Amino acid sequence: MDNLTRRRFLTLSGVTAAGALAAGATQVNWSDLMAAAVDDPLPSDQSVLVVITLYGGNDGLNTVVPAADPAYQKARPDLAYQQNEVLDLGDGLGLNPGMKGLKGLWDDKRLAIVRGVGYPEPDRSHFRSMAIWQTASPKSPIPTGWLGRWLDATGADPLRAVSVESTLPPLLAGETTAAASLPLRGLSLLDGALGTAYAALGKPSPGEGHWQARAAKSVLDLQNATQVLGKAVKSGHEQEDEDDEERTKGASAGGTSQLGAQLELIAGLIEAGVPTRAYSASLGGFDTHADERGTQQRLLTELDGALTPFAQRLQKTDRGKNAVVLVYSEFGRRVQANGSDGTDHGTAGPVFLLGEKVSGGFYGNQPSLTDLSNGDLKAGTDFRDVYATVLQHVLGADPAQILAGHQTTIDGLLRA
Amino acid sequence: MTEISERAVVRRLNDRFGFGPAPGDLDAGADATVRRVLGPASDAAAAAVRPPTGLEPPEGVQKPEGAKKQGGAKTPQDKDAKKAANKQRAAQERKLTIWWLDRMVVSRTAGERLTWFWHGHFATSNQKVRNAAWMLAQNQTQRTLALGRFGDLARAMVVDTAMIRWLDGQKNRKGSPNENLAREFMELFTLGIGHYQEADVAQAARCLTGWVLRKDVATFQRRRFDSGTKTLLGKTGDFDAKGFAGLALAQPASAGFVIGRLWFRLVSATPPDAATVARLSSAYGVNREVKSLLMAMAAEPAFKDPASSLVKEPVEWAVGLLRALRLQPSKLEEKEQTKLLAGLRGMGQLPFRPLSVGGWPAGASWLTTSAGVTRLQLAQQLARKADLSGVKNAEDVAALLGVDGWSERTKSALAGVKDPAQLTAVAACAPEYVVSG
Repeated sequence: MDNLTRRRFLTLSGVTAAGALAAGATQVNWSDLMAAAVDDPLPSDQSVLVVITLYGGNDGLNTVVPAADPAYQKARPDLAYQQNEVLDLGDGLGLNPGMKGLKGLWDDKRLAIVRGVGYPEPDRSHFRSMAIWQTASPKSPIPTGWLGRWLDATGADPLRAVSVESTLPPLLAGETTAAASLPLRGLSLLDGALGTAYAALGKPSPGEGHWQARAAKSVLDLQNATQVLGKAVKSGHEQEDEDDEERTKGASAGGTSQLGAQLELIAGLIEAGVPTRAYSASLGGFDTHADERGTQQRLLTELDGALTPFAQRLQKTDRGKNAVVLVYSEFGRRVQANGSDGTDHGTAGPVFLLGEKVSGGFYGNQPSLTDLSNGDLKAGTDFRDVYATVLQHVLGADPAQILAGHQTTIDGLLRA
Repeated sequence: MTEISERAVVRRLNDRFGFGPAPGDLDAGADATVRRVLGPASDAAAAAVRPPTGLEPPEGVQKPEGAKKQGGAKTPQDKDAKKAANKQRAAQERKLTIWWLDRMVVSRTAGERLTWFWHGHFATSNQKVRNAAWMLAQNQTQRTLALGRFGDLARAMVVDTAMIRWLDGQKNRKGSPNENLAREFMELFTLGIGHYQEADVAQAARCLTGWVLRKDVATFQRRRFDSGTKTLLGKTGDFDAKGFAGLALAQPASAGFVIGRLWFRLVSATPPDAATVARLSSAYGVNREVKSLLMAMAAEPAFKDPASSLVKEPVEWAVGLLRALRLQPSKLEEKEQTKLLAGLRGMGQLPFRPLSVGGWPAGASWLTTSAGVTRLQLAQQLARKADLSGVKNAEDVAALLGVDGWSERTKSALAGVKDPAQLTAVAACAPEYVVSG
C-alpha cells in the first residue's frame, strides 16, 4: 500500500493521531545519546519551549473579549461579557474574568497575544483541525508532528521532547523518533531480578515484527528515561480528575485535566536541567456546545491558575527564564451563539505566548465581527508563523526545514 | 506470502474476536474457533454475569435540564450534598466498570469484544453523562446489536439517552440548532471526513431536533422538532433522527468507513487493498451485516499474514491477562479492584471513559514510557493474586499466557527470574504478549 493511500485511510478512519505514530521506524542509538545527556545537562543559556494544547476548540471571542463591539453583544446576547466584567487590555479588548493572573503577566509585558490565528480553508472537525495544528500541514494530511520533525532533524533523541500525558500527542511523533512521555507521579522501576529481567526485554530481537520491535524499544526508552528523569521527579503526585458539573459539560472532544500538576512537573524538569528542549501539556473540555459561559470561565480559571504560578516559578531560575510557553486550541467557535447558550465549531482564535523572552502585547489584527466567512471569523495570521517564530528563536532551528518551506516569523514577538 | 501456523491463527482469532485465549482454547482448530466466537447468538457465560442494579443517579442533586443558574453563594450543606452525590456516582460507575470487565473475562463469543469495539466507536464518556444507568443502557444496546446490522445500531445510537447527553442532543431544538451530535455522527460514526459538507451538518442538526432528557430516558417532543423540509446528503424531505441516520448509511462512503474502522482494530494497521475492500463490502452487504463482515475478515489472507500484528489496547491486555490467570475482577478484594482501575487509567484506557468522542488511539500510542511503568506494576499485582503453582519456567508462562513462543531476547530475560509471580509479570510485559503478533 502506498503512503498516500495509507494516510488517506488513516485519516478517513479517524485515527490520524495513531497513524502519525504508526508510520515511523525507529533505529537510533538511544542509550548512547542518553548517556551523553546525563554527563552533559542542558546548558542554562539554552531556551525551552512548553506547548499547551487546549482540546475541544476554545472560544477565542470569550477569551480575548471584544466587549466594546456592538456586533459581539448582538451575536451572543446571553453569552457575551460586558465591558465592566472583562479585564481591560486596551484596543477595545479584555481578558475573560477568569484570567486574573494572566492579566498581571500582561501588565508586566510578559504575555503576548497573537490575534486571529488560523489557516486557509479551516476544517471544523476537532480531529482533523487538531491534526492540522499538530502536524502543521493545513492542505494535506502528513504522518508526523511539527515537533516530531524537529526531533528528527536534531539528532533523533526522544528525551529532547517530553510529554506529561499517558498517551503521546501527534505533535511529538516524528518519522524516526517519538518523544518520551512521563507519568505525573514520576518514573520508578524496580531493582533486583525483576528489574533486570524487565530491562532485558528492551533488547531488539532479530526478525521480530514491526510492533514487537516498537514494544521492545519502548522498554529501552523507559529504562533510559528512568535513569535521567526518575531522580528529578517527585513521586506521589497524582490526583483524580475532579468531578465537577461545570467542567464536564464540554468534555466530548478530549484532553486531560490536571494542568497544574503537569506544569509543576515540567518546572521541576527544567530546573533539574534535563536535556529536554520541548515539553507538551494539555487541558481538555473546551467543546462548549451548551451552557458555555460558566464552563469556559471555569476552564480558563484553571488555565490561569496553572499558568500563573508556573510563569512566576520559571522567573526565579536562569533556566526558567529561558522558557517560552505557547498556548493554542484547534479552532475558535462561531461568532453567533447557538440556541443552547453555547457555540458550535468555528475558525480563528488567539494564541498566547508568555515568558521572560516574550515581548508582551498584541500581535496580528483582531478579526472583524462584521466581515465574516459563512458566519465565521477570518484568520489574519497563519499558525505556522507562530511555529516558525518559536522554532527559530526558542529552539534555534530552521523553520523552513520543519514547516515545509514556511518561514514567515512574527517580528518582535520574542527577544533573542 | 508466508502464513502463520494454524495454532497462531487460532490465537489471533482469540485475540482479535475475543480478549485472548482462555486455558485450553489454543487446542481447538481454526474452523472450530470461528464457529465458537462467531456462531452462537448469545454468550451464556457472559450472560450469567448479572448487570449491576441500583445505578439510579443520586436524588435531588442533578439540576433539571434547562434550569438557569440560581444566584447566591452555595451553603456548606449544598457542598456536602454535592460531595456525597459525586461519591455515590463514582461508586456506581465503579460497580458498572467492574461488571463489564468481569463479563469480558468470562466471555466466550465475539459479542463482548464487539461491544467493546462499538463502545470505542460511538465513544461516550460518563465524565459528562454522569449517569451510570444511562451508560449501562447504552452498553446493553451495543451488546444486543453488536453482531447484527450496523444500521440498527447506528439508528439506536443517534437517539440513545447517554449519547444525546454526551453530544448535547437535548439542547438541539427547532430554531436554535446545536450541531454537536449531527457533526460527530457523520464524521466519526458513519461517514468520515470528506463525505459531507458544512451545510449537511447544519441540516442534519435540524433533523435531530425534538429530543429531550427526562428523568430516566431521552424522549421525543414533537413541538420542539423542526418538521420543515431539509436538504442534506443529496436528498430533500422532512427527515427526523432515524431518517437522517438512514441518509448517512445510504451514502456510498458509509460501508468503506465502517469496514476500515473494524479492520484497523481487529485485523491490521495496514489498510485493506481495493480487492479486499470489495470482498469485505460484498460480505457486509446491503443489510450491513456485521457478523458476515467479521467472518469474511477472518477468512482474508491478511488475517494469516505475519505482518498483521496489532498492539493490544490496555483493556484487551489486562482482560487477557486476568483471563489467563483465572482472576475475576469482581472477586478481587476492593483494594485490588481499585488498583486494577487505577492501572487501566494509568495506561490511558478506562471503560466508560473514552478520551474523547473520537475514541481511543492505537498502535504506538500505547507504547509510551509512562504506560510501560504502569503495565509492569499492574502485571505484578495481578500475578501475585493468581494461582501459579504450575509455573516453573518461561515455557510454562508461554503456555499460561497463550504466547506462540518467546524470542531469544525474552527467553534470556526470563531465565534470570525464579519467583513464579515475577516471572509471569515480566512475561506479560514482553513484546510477544503486549503485541498480538
